[in-house]
Amino acid sequence: MSLAIKDDEVDIVIGALRSDLTTFMNEWRPMFSRFHLIIVKDPDLKEELKIPEGFNLDVYGKPDIDQVVGSSTSILFSGYSCRYFGYLVSRKKYIISVDDDCLPARDPKGFLVDAVAQHISNLTNPATPFFFNTLYDPYAEGADFVRGYPFSLRGGVKCALSCGLWLNLADHDAPTQALKARQRNSRYVDAVMTVPAGSLIPISGINIAFEREAVGPALVPALKLAGEGKCRWETMEDIWSGLCVKVVCDHLGLGVKTGLPYIWRTDRGDPIASLKKEWEGVKLMEEVIPFFQSVRLPREATTVEECIVEVANAVKERLGSMDPVFARAAKAMLDWIKLWQSVGSSSSRSSAV
Amino acid sequence: MAEPATATQAAAPAVALLKDELDIVIPTIRNLDFLEMWRPFFQPYHLIIVQDGDPSKTIKVPEGFDYELYNRNDINRILGPKSSCISFKDSACRCFGYMVSKKKYIFTIDDDCFVAKDPSGKAINALEQHIKNLLSPSTPFFFNTLYDPFREGADFVRGYPFSLREGVPTAASHGLWLNIPDYDAPTQLVKPLERNTRYVDAVLTIPKGTLFPMCGMNLAFNRELIGPAMYFGLMGDGQPIGRYDDMWAGWCTKVICDHLGLGVKTGLPYIFHSKASNPFVNLRKEYKGIYWQEEIIPFFQQAVLPKDCTTVPKCYIELAKQVKEKLSKVDPYFDKLADAMVTWIEAWDELNPIGPVPNGKAA
Repeated sequence: MSLAIKDDEVDIVIGALRSDLTTFMNEWRPMFSRFHLIIVKDPDLKEELKIPEGFNLDVYGKPDIDQVVGSSTSILFSGYSCRYFGYLVSRKKYIISVDDDCLPARDPKGFLVDAVAQHISNLTNPATPFFFNTLYDPYAEGADFVRGYPFSLRGGVKCALSCGLWLNLADHDAPTQALKARQRNSRYVDAVMTVPAGSLIPISGINIAFEREAVGPALVPALKLAGEGKCRWETMEDIWSGLCVKVVCDHLGLGVKTGLPYIWRTDRGDPIASLKKEWEGVKLMEEVIPFFQSVRLPREATTVEECIVEVANAVKERLGSMDPVFARAAKAMLDWIKLWQSVGSSSSRSSAV
Repeated sequence: MAEPATATQAAAPAVALLKDELDIVIPTIRNLDFLEMWRPFFQPYHLIIVQDGDPSKTIKVPEGFDYELYNRNDINRILGPKSSCISFKDSACRCFGYMVSKKKYIFTIDDDCFVAKDPSGKAINALEQHIKNLLSPSTPFFFNTLYDPFREGADFVRGYPFSLREGVPTAASHGLWLNIPDYDAPTQLVKPLERNTRYVDAVLTIPKGTLFPMCGMNLAFNRELIGPAMYFGLMGDGQPIGRYDDMWAGWCTKVICDHLGLGVKTGLPYIFHSKASNPFVNLRKEYKGIYWQEEIIPFFQQAVLPKDCTTVPKCYIELAKQVKEKLSKVDPYFDKLADAMVTWIEAWDELNPIGPVPNGKAA
């Protein structure tokens, strides 16, 4: 039921926080090699990147970022946020992004999971946010809408974002992982489902894909914790970005899916050491979630850019005085939209930097 | 996974959880042979059999089960004129069982549902899983991407606010079906051979504000928390519609749960659904419903219950009022249904005279 997707419609964007990408690239080779890749090197990374041969890719580093973005922006494309630069310069319709410490997973039958193919399938099949289907994805092989599902809603809407999951090291916060030091996720849940409209979800940046042409500007590199670090436990930027995307999608009638594909996340970092840094993020969530739950976008906001500007203004108004990190986030969101309008989106512009 | 489990005895739990606090309600019009397969899991529990159809027929209950059985004559005798709210010639009559039960929890299952196997081949104790679902909190206010955070091996993900991690009480647990999936008639006609073989190893809370199609074939709920909302409507004999009983109860239940801050879970456990009902018969029963649901869904999506509705019966009476106000114009059936909803609550109050447990805060 999915539309055929052409290989040249996809960019795989990798934010490199580690210099040696050899194992990472080689393990993903069967899934990545058909596609163009954009690798963005974390500006804070000193070492040269080691990338194996045989890929069609473009690598961007600090000099490129500075040249394109310059000092015109408050956005810091450092750490995990470096990948957003890749989203900005991409000219493809779809983007798939995984963290550089993730490898292909195996399904319960032992087969390697092609996360790229699954994300593409999620994005090209409709989403069904207005009513929950108890058999999950109705477009999956061997499934359908259940009795009681209104027929007028069975066409679905466009799926703008696909959120995958993680085997082994799941995306828990530092306190949880520290408490359950040995817990690893071994449960393979064979389902894709649409996140209902009006429901918020913590979107992890570890394994995502989206239609850049539909929602690109809504993935905002905005929330930078004062003590943000190089472990996911020490960040909240993707959670913030995901909340923005979900609010915008709900407003514009676009869908967000969660579930398959799984990737295998390698053990890394020390949650106890990260506790101190991420505690800040954990506390902020208590304000962030109620804010996003209550944000209402005006009818006049009909484009993604307009929606993000509205959210940014609401952030400044309602959260700005609570913590400087929010005032900075609001500014970064507005800068991002300006950047997007000048550098990004238009596919008629050349991609050369 | 395409067959039901056989070695259920081996999988029987050492301790039957909630054995004196849970009733198993089974509607039947034929026989209860299916109970034989469920024996190791069900035998410790009390059964309430609601016999539909001809009351002069004797339904044989397998030996060794502790049960009470009600046929139409019993329903008429016990409820008097209020028995008009209980459907005849439709499994919707099962809700009479909810009303007469004196237990805190109900598990209801259809008589063509058997024990399923999980991917490892082990027999699934559906009742045990439902109990686990009901006894652990729900998380309707924020979606956890790793599904039920209270399950073994899972937890809340990064970004999930700590203030929401206690969750809320679970009012209902909606299980699924392997083999014959719960499709409507048009889908059955188009895909007569489709079988559900996908075992999705997840339990999840349906978010607040989201409606879902609740199937009554494999369902459990906390009767003290939500019982009065589980009215399965007017279906079957003399009614213009069928196969929307559980749907109706599910929409009412979800709206009320959302209002009172209670949770509804869906997912595990699976049962093995063996019988595909006749799609042509189903189409005739569902026909009006397929059009009506286009009005019904927006009605429930927009339904707002006033703050002073702080108990389930109050919420339900208010919903009945709104049904009469807003859906009667769709068809006079809804006028009758709204009246039946009120009769149901009156009958419930009569049979359950101790005041309802106040539940949660109104949203």
